[in-house]
Amino acid sequence: MSQGQTGAELRLVTPGMAIGPLSGKRVGSGALAQNEQIIATRLGWVRELNDTVSVDPINSTYMPRSGDLIIAIVAEVRNNLWFMNVNGPFQGLLPMSLAPWKVEFGAARQHMGIGDVVMARVQEVDECHNVVLTMKGVGLRRLNEGIIVTVPVNHVDRIRGDNNETLLRLREICDCRIMVGDNGRVWIDGSAEGTSWARSAITLASQSGHKLSFEAELSALENDAPKRGDA
Amino acid sequence: MGGYGDVKLLRDDGLRLDGRKIDEMRPIEIEAGYLPAADGSAWVKHGLNIAVAAVYGPMEAHPRKIQRQDRCVIDVRYNMAPFSTSDRIRPGFNRRSREISKVTAEALESVVICERYPRSKIRVEIEILSAEAGTRCAGITAAAVALADAGIPMRDLLVGVASGKVEGVVVLDLDKAEDNYGQADLPVGILPNTGEIAFLQMDGDLSPDEFNLAMKYNFKAAAEIHEIMVDALKRRYEGGEN
Repeated sequence: MSQGQTGAELRLVTPGMAIGPLSGKRVGSGALAQNEQIIATRLGWVRELNDTVSVDPINSTYMPRSGDLIIAIVAEVRNNLWFMNVNGPFQGLLPMSLAPWKVEFGAARQHMGIGDVVMARVQEVDECHNVVLTMKGVGLRRLNEGIIVTVPVNHVDRIRGDNNETLLRLREICDCRIMVGDNGRVWIDGSAEGTSWARSAITLASQSGHKLSFEAELSALENDAPKRGDA
Repeated sequence: MGGYGDVKLLRDDGLRLDGRKIDEMRPIEIEAGYLPAADGSAWVKHGLNIAVAAVYGPMEAHPRKIQRQDRCVIDVRYNMAPFSTSDRIRPGFNRRSREISKVTAEALESVVICERYPRSKIRVEIEILSAEAGTRCAGITAAAVALADAGIPMRDLLVGVASGKVEGVVVLDLDKAEDNYGQADLPVGILPNTGEIAFLQMDGDLSPDEFNLAMKYNFKAAAEIHEIMVDALKRRYEGGEN
């Protein structure tokens, strides 16, 4: 869990389980109010913050939100737009007007084909889950090198750590470029050894990033890290 | 059902052929997260029944004509493996599996908060590996645990449970002989926390008093199964392992 109640006992709830009395509290995500009780609707950890009770789900699907920075893969190409796989239930749509290049009608394939990977931002999501992406913005581009590692969406915060501490440390150790998308895809680019180590470290952070033992485990893994300048 | 009056299903001491009391369930074991490739999964052993459920999604509903603009659809596929019974079953869908898939989907739709995922589909696959009467109930229980494991929002954990009548006596959780030669079968889908009923089928005849007694047994059993379901989910995740 990424944002647990520090110092408080974590409480696992299952759907239908009563979390506690409503008594003036607000109901957040993963819960509902029923007969003056707050009821969990998802399997997860109870979180209470600013009088709002919610449930942090253990498993969840990526549901795009406006402003998310994501790593998307081209799934289909039309004359004037691309359909992108965003690791969610629905494909995202990238119109040629929101691509970083000047694209002529019918020339979309010349810029990106099926399987190409891009860093994009979610521009808009409507109530029917139509997702519009944009590549206009700083750092948004096609990713030509590197590898993609997919992690559970609810583990993304563990990889980043508080104030991106974990992510910065991983970048420093393996001397690779690492970008974490909000949709659970991680892009790694660097030497073969560094990439291989980063992949192991990201798996470790995904599985243990929230545990007290993570620091010791990462330090142990750090001993196997390639030395800078080896490649 | 009925018509086999000479088959003795209750012993002289009032117990059933397998030694259970009339309001006693067969033993149940549940394991959540049984299949690593699925978004959520569960394995349920209920007596000699073994059911495995896998959940995939939510995903975009295809073909588009099945999409609903305000909610998701739940696509259930219930199937009995050819080796699940003593006589080999011909593989593939049949009338019975279509019926059970439909009633299971309708029961789950009343529990899942479908409005969260418009135009989507949640696929639930239920595979019966071993059958001994009560497979639809085992399948529903497995599907509910698998949905919770997949992180799908639900109002409650749906529990499948059945009672019936043998030799004029209402009994809980029929086994194969009781199901084949008994007088009635009453499988129910219960939401244990609210006491609501998500599905109910009845095969055979029960008087109002017998029906009420059967439902009383069902509610009692649902509470017990619910505890086992919650325990299975907690066992998988407690300790911050995931």
